Amino acid sequence: MALVLNEEQQMLKESAQGFLAEFAPVSELRKQRDVGGQAGYADGLWRQMAEMGWAAILVPEAYGGLEFGHVGMGQIVEQTGRTLTASPLFATAILGVTAIKFAGSEDQKIELLGAIASGEITTALAVDEKIHHAPTQINMTAVKQNGGYLLQGTKRFVADGGTADKLIVAARTSGEAGDMDGISLFVVDRIAAGIEIERIEMTDTRNYANITFNKIQVGESALLGEEGKGFVSLAATLDAGNLYLAAELLGIAQESFDRTLQYLKERKQFGVLIGSFQALQHRSADWWSEIELCKSIVLKGLQAMEEGDAKVSVLTSIAKAKLCEVAELATNEAIQMHAGIGMTDEYEIGFFIKRARPAQMMFGDYSYHNDRFARLSGY
Amino acid sequence: MSDIQAFRQETRDWLEQHCPLSMREPAAPGEGQCWGGRNYKFDSVDQQQWMELMGAKGWTAPDWPTEYGGGGLDKLQHKVLKEEMARINARSPLDSFGIWMIGPALLEFGSEALKQQHLPPIVRGEIRWCQGYSEPGSGSDLAGLQAKGEDRGDHFIANGQKVWTSYADKADWMFCLLRTDPEAKKQMGISLVLFDMQTPGVTPKPILLISGNSPFCETFLDDVRVEKDQVVGEVNKGWTIAKYLLTHEREMIGSMGMTSPASETLGQIAARTLGVEQGRMNNPMLRAEVAKWEIDGACFAMTAERVTDEVKSGSGVGATSAMLKYYGTELNKRRFETLLKIAGSDGVVWDGAESKGGWLPRTWLRTKGNSIEGGTSEIQLNVIAKNILGLG
Repeated sequence: MALVLNEEQQMLKESAQGFLAEFAPVSELRKQRDVGGQAGYADGLWRQMAEMGWAAILVPEAYGGLEFGHVGMGQIVEQTGRTLTASPLFATAILGVTAIKFAGSEDQKIELLGAIASGEITTALAVDEKIHHAPTQINMTAVKQNGGYLLQGTKRFVADGGTADKLIVAARTSGEAGDMDGISLFVVDRIAAGIEIERIEMTDTRNYANITFNKIQVGESALLGEEGKGFVSLAATLDAGNLYLAAELLGIAQESFDRTLQYLKERKQFGVLIGSFQALQHRSADWWSEIELCKSIVLKGLQAMEEGDAKVSVLTSIAKAKLCEVAELATNEAIQMHAGIGMTDEYEIGFFIKRARPAQMMFGDYSYHNDRFARLSGY
Repeated sequence: MSDIQAFRQETRDWLEQHCPLSMREPAAPGEGQCWGGRNYKFDSVDQQQWMELMGAKGWTAPDWPTEYGGGGLDKLQHKVLKEEMARINARSPLDSFGIWMIGPALLEFGSEALKQQHLPPIVRGEIRWCQGYSEPGSGSDLAGLQAKGEDRGDHFIANGQKVWTSYADKADWMFCLLRTDPEAKKQMGISLVLFDMQTPGVTPKPILLISGNSPFCETFLDDVRVEKDQVVGEVNKGWTIAKYLLTHEREMIGSMGMTSPASETLGQIAARTLGVEQGRMNNPMLRAEVAKWEIDGACFAMTAERVTDEVKSGSGVGATSAMLKYYGTELNKRRFETLLKIAGSDGVVWDGAESKGGWLPRTWLRTKGNSIEGGTSEIQLNVIAKNILGLG
């Protein structure tokens, strides 16, 4: 498959660009932050996105979705990186849909995917328990009893964990931390009695939570997929998550670059534009080259996921590792080249670094994916 | 059967019948290339036969027009030929600056007579070319070149010194930049001319490099007669062609980073040398470095692929050859630094049978030139900053 967008994908990219620039520019993120709302995003914006079908893009047609595919969705997510738009797109329309699509029973798919596609419900994925991503190191337990399961444990760094209607939770039905076997997925109502939700404010002012399940009894129908065999679906969901985080980081890196390049052509010192200095020209040219590499791997990964290519996990780790590296470079260079004004809260460039770092860390940072790539490559 | 399927079948049959078996075996690192030319010493009868058969069919230059000896293949057929050659691990029948550089320039800018004269011998591997660009006083500042060609009516008399002329001591002809109008502005007075290396007054002298090898020469020009009909394009308009050739050269050098003939990946070499326990290589620091290189290498290869696809679909920005050259050569240098670390003290053995004649340290040192030749990395960054980013 040629490594270019087709006409439909290009159109979706442009329409997303236009929509986000109009309704969800960076100033909206500032507004959300200053209001300090629980959700971290504007409800109205999410309704508009759902009306345009963005919640339904990855949902199969059989369950009321558009089935437009990953390359198209990737274009939208990349644009949300440029505008730093917070919404349930990631936790619901990507993570929720992927987990249910891979693991869910026919009944669960009919019930949940349709409701996601129409924008009726939101979801969150609760995986990590420690400060670093480690999907096999799950200690949270799900003990079979009373014809269902008793959930016990604490999850951290759950995106949209404070507001989602449904929590998709990875817990252990057997084995011990480190085992892939014995991990099961559950769908639980967030407002179920006994679930303690602690909202965590992070640098990007989005909606994260630490969630404690204090002996929560759920029915058998809460089980998503086969008991003890949840890791395969979880891994596929994390691949999707990481690939889209890479797409978002690409948007962040590009926007940081574009804004900085513009600044180099406006700012004068010593009576000349600072863009005339070779020290800054060479760093900009190197930075631009790195972004070119990022565009290629993100598109390659999205195409592979769309085609169900067996190499998708390797490509995902390449993409996430590369984008973590380049997003770090981009957001740091953006501040350094803007210099004093880049350090001010009033100027928008600082918002990019504050979103980039949590996005890098979510589901594994550079070192996690460098290690995973090596393991998948046999060393 | 479609036309292209028929072409594939014919190609497969022809290659099966004509490619000598020894030309289907992988060559040792740094060996097995065939350069052709009047005085070329072939490694084997098979190598010579393979070059001649492919040359006669025009498949040493598959996409050149048949009227100049080329294969006349369209893009799809060319791709099929490459795939069919790869299928049987066929070696390249001929590597040449004629095919890579001056040939494409002649096709684009040369007169009909020059094309007729020079292209067929290039295709057949009969004439080996070298490039006379750099001079002692003009490296990065190429347009400042001083070697001059004095107008004597039907010919020029050339005097000056060229440097970094690849294999000038083995080449038969040179394509050379001369200052033919000393009065004109820097870029305006340059012509691209062709002459036989046996012309009186042409003296190539090999330069010994840090690698212990001499792939480059200094070439002295003392009253060398250059016929006017051997000027490519118009007199004093050679700079445009020179830039075209530099772009070609950049693409060629840049692509070396990923088309290395290594049958093993860096990760495989590292795993084999250092050992793997419980799924992880024994040296964790080196393991991370190897993985980082492979990640960057994969992204770079995909970028070359994307740039090609964008050109085909007409959606590319172009002008990316400077980026590919910059990134590809820096990547290749890093690859060899990592290979050296993997090899440990074996990696710095200069000579001896075990070390294959010091292949690794010599090649490692040779890669240092990748980011210098064809425009330094710093020049490529200048090109990106000015032409793509619009920074003045």
